[in-house]
Amino acid sequence: MTDVLSRVLAEHSLIAAFTVVGALTAVSYWISGRFTGGRLHGSAIAIALGLLLAYVGGLASGGSAGLADVPLFAGVGILGGAMFRDFAIVATAFGAEIEALKKAGLMGAVSVVVGVVLSFVVGAVVALAFGYTDPVSVSTIGAGAATYIVGPVTGTALGAGSDVVALSIAAGLTKAVLVMVGTPFVAGRIGLDNPYTAMIYGGLMGTTSGVAGGLAATDPRLVPYGAMTATFYTGVGCLLAPSVLYLFVRALL
Amino acid sequence: MVIYGVALLSFCMLAGVFAGDLLGELIGVQANVGGVGIAMLLLIVLSNLPSHRFRLGPITESGIHFWSAMYIPIVVAMAARQNVVAAVSGGWVAIVAGAAAVAAGLALVPLLARAGKGGPAR
Repeated sequence: MTDVLSRVLAEHSLIAAFTVVGALTAVSYWISGRFTGGRLHGSAIAIALGLLLAYVGGLASGGSAGLADVPLFAGVGILGGAMFRDFAIVATAFGAEIEALKKAGLMGAVSVVVGVVLSFVVGAVVALAFGYTDPVSVSTIGAGAATYIVGPVTGTALGAGSDVVALSIAAGLTKAVLVMVGTPFVAGRIGLDNPYTAMIYGGLMGTTSGVAGGLAATDPRLVPYGAMTATFYTGVGCLLAPSVLYLFVRALL
Repeated sequence: MVIYGVALLSFCMLAGVFAGDLLGELIGVQANVGGVGIAMLLLIVLSNLPSHRFRLGPITESGIHFWSAMYIPIVVAMAARQNVVAAVSGGWVAIVAGAAAVAAGLALVPLLARAGKGGPAR
């Protein structure tokens, strides 16, 4: 019987993922209401539980896609993959106010460049503090602090070792996870309650998955504004990190 | 019809990602530059066309609203497929670099927001 059940779940993996995520959401909203009086948003708890399951699943399977590497939950990988994520992000733009976008357009663009440079510099300084001195490694880790895509792209372009590239990916993943979990806690303090600030936030943080999760847990209405700027970040990072920023690091070291 | 909304949405996404990939190749980076952002702008423009012939009906709209509402569940699934093990086991360099970048970025949000509001953008 368990054979039949696991075959059914494996053959209908995406459909099974709907059930899994639905159940996870239900549990999260119950926790939110029962233990936090609704103060900690249900979606924030759901995302945190998702990350926890990703950790458990990753440990159990030894794979790189969290819970999705457990065959029974493979559909979670499809549902949570970049294709559906981006499709849903685009859908959130429906109903976004054009005026709000226009008003923050310039600052949104500025925030993307500032965000890339800031993350790179902070990451590079941390790499230096940990004893890395060659410009290629320092730049690769700095790029990883931008996003987990900018890191390996920069590392590959500059010819960094695979251990450093792995570190840069880990730095980017840490950033994505922290943005997802941390945003609802600091949203009030940084004034993240309007489209204008959301665009700047998206541009400064840049990690699409982090921003997507962080805003979903804070206020879903802000998602299109933050996502709009965040989607430019990785491209700008891949442009600046292996070129201008690397040359800058090389000149200094 | 619902499919019109879903089709419009998928068309916008494909067009945007295509443009983002072209843009990436044009400036010589191995990444998509703003594809999703371009897709979002395209959807906003197309769904706000002044023409009466292109007005979306409520049922067509529901095809887009469904996917918009599926956003949070999809993000939960996305969280569940992250490589959290790698993030945690990357060692202190990775954790400190990632955490410091987040702290610095969050600290700058109110500063940039204020700078922008004082400037000519308003």
